[in-house]
Amino acid sequence: MAVPDEPGGPGWETTTPAAPVPAPRPPAAPARTRIVLAEVRRGSRADRTRSELTQQTRIGDTLVRGLVRAQLALALRLSVLVLIGLGGLPWLFAIAPSLGRTTVLGVNLPWLLLAVVSFPFLIVVGWAYVRLAERNEQDFTDLVQRPER
Amino acid sequence: MGNGYVVPAIVAVTLVTVGIGFYGLRLARTTSDFLVASRTVSPTWNAAAIGGEYLSAASFLGVAGLILKYGVDVLWYPVGFAAGYLALLLFVAAPLRRSGAFTLPDFCELRLGSRRLRTLATVFVIFIGWLYLVPQLQGAGLTLATLVGSPYPVGALLVAAVVTANVALGGMRAITFVQAFQYWLKLTALAVPAIFLALQWQADARPAVAPPDGPAFRTATTVVVEHSAALTFADGTIREVRPGDRLDFAAGDPVPEVSGAATKATDWLLPDTAGDDDRGLFATYSLILATFLGTMGLPHVLVRFYTNPDGAAARRTTLVVLALVGLFYLLPTIYGVLGRIYTPQLLVSGQTDAVVVLLPGAALGDGTTGRLLAALVAAGAFAAFLSTSSGLLTSVAGVISTDVLGHGSVRGFRLATVIAGGVPAVLALNVSGLDVSQVVGLAFAVAASSFCPLLVLGIWWRGLTDLGAAAGVLVGGGAAITAVLVTVLGPPLSGWPATLTAQPAAWTVPLAFTVMVAVSVASRRRAPVDVGATMLRLHAPDSLRL
Repeated sequence: MAVPDEPGGPGWETTTPAAPVPAPRPPAAPARTRIVLAEVRRGSRADRTRSELTQQTRIGDTLVRGLVRAQLALALRLSVLVLIGLGGLPWLFAIAPSLGRTTVLGVNLPWLLLAVVSFPFLIVVGWAYVRLAERNEQDFTDLVQRPER
Repeated sequence: MGNGYVVPAIVAVTLVTVGIGFYGLRLARTTSDFLVASRTVSPTWNAAAIGGEYLSAASFLGVAGLILKYGVDVLWYPVGFAAGYLALLLFVAAPLRRSGAFTLPDFCELRLGSRRLRTLATVFVIFIGWLYLVPQLQGAGLTLATLVGSPYPVGALLVAAVVTANVALGGMRAITFVQAFQYWLKLTALAVPAIFLALQWQADARPAVAPPDGPAFRTATTVVVEHSAALTFADGTIREVRPGDRLDFAAGDPVPEVSGAATKATDWLLPDTAGDDDRGLFATYSLILATFLGTMGLPHVLVRFYTNPDGAAARRTTLVVLALVGLFYLLPTIYGVLGRIYTPQLLVSGQTDAVVVLLPGAALGDGTTGRLLAALVAAGAFAAFLSTSSGLLTSVAGVISTDVLGHGSVRGFRLATVIAGGVPAVLALNVSGLDVSQVVGLAFAVAASSFCPLLVLGIWWRGLTDLGAAAGVLVGGGAAITAVLVTVLGPPLSGWPATLTAQPAAWTVPLAFTVMVAVSVASRRRAPVDVGATMLRLHAPDSLRL
């Protein structure tokens, strides 16, 4: 504001006493203003995404549908894994009776698989699900909080 | 049985249960403390409590008894009981917690906004809860009768009275501490004797578990028959026996083939094979379906999820429960297998459910170690009756107090507890002939065919309507209940009708899902208008705090 009013700036500044000069300078802090504006704009975009979620706009609805679909796909994929891994066993033993007679460490294979191995298998699948489901949720949270990315 | 340690052990478990209950009572001041422990329960405590509540008489006694009797094919019971928690984790745990529903009827009203559906769900919760409570009380009566020779009603009424008083006075807060304690007690009570049994088996030069000519008596044994059966002796003679018959066997005598049990070594050791009998394979898959999907529909399991602070905690708690339950289920197999060597008389008498409590004494002899371990197992069995009955009673009483009596006060909850505990106690006194594990399996089948589709479709499918949900629950759950009633009360069946009613899940679960989807699609105008908001609430991450 001071610059266009004083075309002969440098000379004037050096001759006048120092006191009045700092007074107009503080408003000339555009950098600070810009930071504030940027923060407000960022916040408003995240807030807008939040309100799009809570107010069920088309965008919010699409976001939620995406999350639900991702979580359901994850749960179904892991169920298929369990269905094949465990659910296939009775059928396998039925069509290949020799498997039932196979012994590992002196124990018949069906006993070993069902009574011992199945439990760690279930726990590992559960552990993988918790990790992957939390990652899906983190992705969703990131999308809502930093939508420009 | 002249084991002087058994009664003190059972009294100690009961006193500790009541003691922790009263300790909890001092902490329980408000209705919220009473019903949901004010949600201050830490995930580890909560997971141990869920495990303690879940491992019932069927798990502690029944699984080992089934393995003794039928062999490899029934290993699907423990696998399915554990896998049920995986299904719960994958499809239900976090969204259900976020929904804020405390009971299944609450979930129905939140998701579909229908009072009538809520009433229907209430009826099913009470039916499944009582169906599950009766065998617990029965197990208590039979165990006490086996161990100390008391009349059957004493054990059943004792457990019913202790549990009703404890739940009515202490509520859920007390229950959480009691249940967590009882999980660790049950694990110890099976694990410690199992170590001694394995050492004894080593010391006896590792007798074959499944010798080619079938199990044999190690010592001279007199068997008193408890269940009618046809016995085929080694020389080919067949004899029908009735309850009360006494049979004498010398040491080394082979165990006669018992009708209904897998006495022959190969039947017991090897899985069903194709060709000879497809019903076996159908029953196996039906059992898998019922146990995998039934857990999420059991009323006492769902109530627990409300005590988690948020959805992510519910997920982590469920994973810990899966690990705790899986750890426990490694043990009953040891008892079932060693029972073939040390307690073959149970195959003849028909009392296979008693293998866990009788095996320590039979294998380790009548010395102090054997008696102490037998008392420890008895204490664990009692913990199993008390904990599962407490959990079931809390959830049934919660539903009765809010949905039937219609007020959520502490006084109402106490009155509801007395009603919820009294009915199964009366039923248990009148039906002592039911098979514990089978009735529990039927409760799973009913839960899998009614609440499992309701929860899974309600959580993941926007198109579910109240009409569709009600139709699915009525048709699927109704078919399963009919199968239960036919199995329990009806005439003895054989062939396919017997299989289809004894293990109904393989046809009732798909039926329930199909009806629920079809009727929902046909009545799609009735879908709630706020389904989008509900979906957001169920699935949005907790950290967003929307």
